[in-house]
Amino acid sequence: MRLLNASGCLDALTAPQIARELDAFVTKTVTPLAREGNPPVRIAETEVGMLNAIGLANPGIEAFLSGHLPHLAALGPPIWVSVGGFSLQDYVTVAEQLGGRTEVAALELNLSCPNVDEVPENVGEVVAAVRAVTGKPLYAKLSPAVPDISETARAAEAAGADGLSLVNTIRGLALDERTLRPKLARGTGGLSGPALRPIALAAVHSCRRATGLPIVGMGGVSSGRHALELLAAGANDVAIGTAMFSDPGAASRIRSELAAELAALGIANPDNVVGAAHEPEAATLDRKSRVEREKYLHSPANMAG
Amino acid sequence: MLRHEARRVVAAEAVGPYTLLLVERGSLDPGTPGRFFMLEAPGRLLPRPMSVCVAPAGELGFLIDPIGPGTRALCELSPGDRLGILGPLGNGFRLEVDRPLLVGGGIGVAPLPYLSEALGRPPAVLGFRTEWHAEAAALVANAEVVIEPTYVTEVMPREDDVLACGPEPMLEAVRRLAPRAQLAWEAPMACGYGACYGCAVEIDGELKRLCVEGPVLAAA
Repeated sequence: MRLLNASGCLDALTAPQIARELDAFVTKTVTPLAREGNPPVRIAETEVGMLNAIGLANPGIEAFLSGHLPHLAALGPPIWVSVGGFSLQDYVTVAEQLGGRTEVAALELNLSCPNVDEVPENVGEVVAAVRAVTGKPLYAKLSPAVPDISETARAAEAAGADGLSLVNTIRGLALDERTLRPKLARGTGGLSGPALRPIALAAVHSCRRATGLPIVGMGGVSSGRHALELLAAGANDVAIGTAMFSDPGAASRIRSELAAELAALGIANPDNVVGAAHEPEAATLDRKSRVEREKYLHSPANMAG
Repeated sequence: MLRHEARRVVAAEAVGPYTLLLVERGSLDPGTPGRFFMLEAPGRLLPRPMSVCVAPAGELGFLIDPIGPGTRALCELSPGDRLGILGPLGNGFRLEVDRPLLVGGGIGVAPLPYLSEALGRPPAVLGFRTEWHAEAAALVANAEVVIEPTYVTEVMPREDDVLACGPEPMLEAVRRLAPRAQLAWEAPMACGYGACYGCAVEIDGELKRLCVEGPVLAAA
């Protein structure tokens, strides 16, 4: 199990000490040309999460390769580059230019940003086109805002993806307390944080059944318990995002909380809990936990019902 | 290290409609005036950015306007409560100026008491919506107070080195009169340390991340 950041949630050059606590650093999405991003206001808090409409602000692939990548590579953790665009050709252009760079450990295709107007319809087509031009490990980051995400996951797998990043934010709206106008200049934004967690769990659970691809699970993870549940649903790795905003030390805290959660279950290695939610019996639990579970199941309180 | 540190609330005092929240400083550096801390707001997902208002020995004081759920939760804290704080963050005011004049509007008065002390209590012009809001002027030495419909720009001397904080229209008006001014801007922030790109503000058609490029920026 590796602990990553969710793309867009960390600038490793501004906060290198946080990036160094991760097992891999995922960049903000890089597009062919530089983008300033959306006008402010760009973020808003809601009762159940946070909305952002940053709008893929990035220096563009050329400035990224010359100005950013060498510094990112010097940090230590492997660098995953999030690749974005507004046409099939955009993705191919960025992926081609990244292909020759040994500092790049993997590509993550941002196929699901809710904050730009033109999003590619066909995940399979984009994955196939990028697959044709790169030998780098290729992760497809999918939106949970579809009727059946496992279909999209199967399409990505058939097109040659090496893994899935689940999930991106989901579109939401927040209104100002006094004016009743949208808080964000763009109107809507991507909802992240606690509200996204059950959605992410369902997506990971469903895609684990549908494909054999490794999964990076993300969405509202702010504790070791949350990471544990994503692993159990079928994620192989876990990424954190919004939690880092309120707690820059979230990565190391979540890592130690997860270790404690696993120890309490008698599980030595986090990889052993991957997919536990799919097993008919809690097979990963050790004997002691099973005995306690049996005791609980047969306790008078439970018998009464 | 970039970590929220738990600190005890020492006092929460009403200043007009605002609350002056005093917390233990511990080993934290208050930073130069104009820099800010992220304060964990009880029950909220994101912390709130607050500039240092006063820095008495062993304490840090933040002046808070209860305008939303986060700021209201902060204003409701009581002595003895604990909260996480992260800072000091951002860039403060440049203090090497010849004839400082502090200009503040509304809750923009927040960083000025600490700034005033650091500059040897220079003259200040403060504008407020009502007499009640203007009670906060008592925190700033040598302050001339104007109440709406009079604006600070109507009484502000032109030739001084202006250091200003206030609502965006006020800052825009100040920079037109005083191109050498230093202006402290405000924006909603998620992280405060340059990660989220949420606090970008558009100044002269250019987007700036306030938390790492500001919050104090040169007017021109």
